[in-house]
Amino acid sequence: MKRLLGAVIGCVVFALPAFAQNYPTRPISMIVPFAAGGPTDIIARIVAEPMSRILGQQVIVENVAGAGGTTGITRGAGAKPDGYAIMMGHMGTHGVAPALFPNLKYNPATDFTPIGLAAGTPIIIVAKKNHPATNLKEFLAWAAKEGNKANQAYAGNASVSHTTGILLGTMMPGASPTLVPYTGTGPALNDLVSGQVDFMTDQIVNVVEQIRGGNIKAFAIATPQRSPALPDLPTTKEAGLPQYEVSAWNAVFGPKGLPADVTAKLQDALNKALDDPNSKKRFDDLGGVVPGPDGRGGPALQKLVESELARWVPAIKAATGKK
Amino acid sequence: MDTLAHLANGFALALTPINLLWCLVGVTVGTAIGVLPGLGPALTIALLLPLTYKVDATSAFILFAGIYYGAMYGGSTTSILLNTPGESATIVTSLEGNRMARSGRAGAALSTAAIGSFVAGTIGTIGLTFAAEPVVRFALKFGPAEYFSLMVLSFVTVSAVLGSSALRGLTALAVGIFLGMIGIDLQTGQPRFAFGVTELLDGINVLIVAVGLFAVGETLYLAAHGKRGPQEVLVVKDSIWMSAADWARSWKPWLRGSFLGFPIGAMPAGGAEVPTFLSYWMEKRFSKHKEEFGTVGAIEGVAGPEAANNASAAGVLVPMLALGLPTSATAAIMLSAFQSYGINPGPQLLDTQPALVWSLIASLYIGNVMLLVLNLPLVGLWVKILKVPEPLLYAGILVFATIGTYGISRSVVDLLLLYTMGVMGYLMRRFDFPTAPVIIGMILGPLAEQEFRRAMTISQGDLTIFFTRPLSLTLLVIAALAVAGPYLAKLVRKPAAG
Repeated sequence: MKRLLGAVIGCVVFALPAFAQNYPTRPISMIVPFAAGGPTDIIARIVAEPMSRILGQQVIVENVAGAGGTTGITRGAGAKPDGYAIMMGHMGTHGVAPALFPNLKYNPATDFTPIGLAAGTPIIIVAKKNHPATNLKEFLAWAAKEGNKANQAYAGNASVSHTTGILLGTMMPGASPTLVPYTGTGPALNDLVSGQVDFMTDQIVNVVEQIRGGNIKAFAIATPQRSPALPDLPTTKEAGLPQYEVSAWNAVFGPKGLPADVTAKLQDALNKALDDPNSKKRFDDLGGVVPGPDGRGGPALQKLVESELARWVPAIKAATGKK
Repeated sequence: MDTLAHLANGFALALTPINLLWCLVGVTVGTAIGVLPGLGPALTIALLLPLTYKVDATSAFILFAGIYYGAMYGGSTTSILLNTPGESATIVTSLEGNRMARSGRAGAALSTAAIGSFVAGTIGTIGLTFAAEPVVRFALKFGPAEYFSLMVLSFVTVSAVLGSSALRGLTALAVGIFLGMIGIDLQTGQPRFAFGVTELLDGINVLIVAVGLFAVGETLYLAAHGKRGPQEVLVVKDSIWMSAADWARSWKPWLRGSFLGFPIGAMPAGGAEVPTFLSYWMEKRFSKHKEEFGTVGAIEGVAGPEAANNASAAGVLVPMLALGLPTSATAAIMLSAFQSYGINPGPQLLDTQPALVWSLIASLYIGNVMLLVLNLPLVGLWVKILKVPEPLLYAGILVFATIGTYGISRSVVDLLLLYTMGVMGYLMRRFDFPTAPVIIGMILGPLAEQEFRRAMTISQGDLTIFFTRPLSLTLLVIAALAVAGPYLAKLVRKPAAG
């Protein structure tokens, strides 16, 4: 038995370099831990197409949705580290999940090979169109005055609108909005458009057209710079809530133990995919933000994951009363 | 007038040979995936998304629309023939449809489903063409309080499927509500009845329960009571087509189903299942052949719900095209397909992309005609399936059910659930418990709970929210009348007679 095991290990060790040189020789599956059609899925599909061209093999998007994205990431973390199964993780699955899922079967900081940041979608504070406030300062005053009578929508447990909404709640002086859960972004936005709820926070890609169409109003975008997609919308810094700076980032991960040359090939393909003029245009249309040179690659992503865990986990645990 | 001009342009674009071909491919693929339990239009369109890199936008959307409508047609076929619903919206169809198939009237059931789907699909598409604006405005009036009242009304429909014993029926309903509760509670984020199983956190897919209870349960029942008399052999009596009497009994349910399905489909939390429940209840209520319900199968019980589910499919497209808001999984994926063409769907979609939207709408009309032409001749072929000897037929059903269930999320837990539900379905049948209330409880229970708590959250715990909002109050009054109506009528009649 031992000898057999040794032989197998030997084979694997010797086989790896040869195998990695030709990598990839067959299609690569990219697990997206959310249903098709959501922001993470859209971003994955934008990068998968040029990555397929660059690698010479199809990068197939595979949607494995469930439990706030942790089902798909759990599956991806357990995949064979050969570069044929990678995944698109995001702020929720790799920054917030340990705070909301006590039985999480992976450690975001240690169970993955970080490949690189893909794109972030900034968070916007939006409200129903006949909301009395006209800017963020008035909105904060309104929220403080209304107390728990202010209704804040979110798209279900562990969604981006949930976690960024909780974070906003911890930063609004004197406010204690009542959180109203929905089963998804669509239903939540629907009730915001019809005025059943007062406000919410969500990713720019979900709300940009409703803002342009005048169905809802926006108070501020939570990034350091204004977005070219909504140039008139002030940043939180300009509007008076500088500490609220948050963007839902999406990044490509492999399972732990990906061979270095495979990782390098994937990193290279991802970077070229991000610079592809067609991808750039589509990210711009959506209001997505592509990282600059210093934000790319594995080490930068690892640093981001660690800093996000440090930021989110205590904040969400404190706000939801979990230990 | 403007609408008609736009629609004419849409037809001009959709009627090119290449787009007609895409439409045909779409409806054929759609029918096929509708037949398979598990594989739904959302999953299929997601798989086909890479097409958007190679095909122009109009053709791609014509293809997607064909798949979407096709799946609604195909879903009823297995419901009727095999008691295995292909889509959750066709669960109700299997109640009467399969009874009809067992009493030799599969052809009539399939025909009324296909023609009813055509009628409802066309009425729904006309609604989408001319009434999208007012329907959206009406649907936006529905907040959590109204939805809760709508669910209360929908619970009345349970009375139509209770079976012979109210106690048994209500027990089944309670089991369904319990199954619906499994998973993470939306309001608090607490897992309920998940027993630490990650796969259960998102709840149980109602389709798995339906297929388990109906199809697997049926198969186990057959296996356990192997030797049965010849009366259980499925034969095709008479003509496979609808008789004059069938037509006379079908057309009103088609229309009623259409007018229930379209507006409820347009509501973000309405969905396709609720109108099929309401339609079934209504048809049973209005039918002159009540004795056929649940026994030999009443054609009204197929015609109404089938029409309702197809009209709701058109309704779902209303908020998607008018507001750019997805209210179903399929709509969400179609919207992301728009995005891969650099079109950001939103409230101005109709103004910025009129050619695309109108050719999509035109293709819905064309797709409906194609589906009718495709499905009616297939009826003759489908009923032949019933000539397969029972052991082989039921073995086939098990294979279909298992593959379909595994296809939903490729999870072994789902397969275990399917067979657990199968055993439960067998036991329920053995001890004469109706299975339909389980499904109704499972769909309506969580919806009612969520809407109730959402309404309570918004109103700061003030219960009067359900009575002070006119729409909500109206729905509750209708529900009360639906429950008390028959008794009141009796009370009124008694003194008059005496």
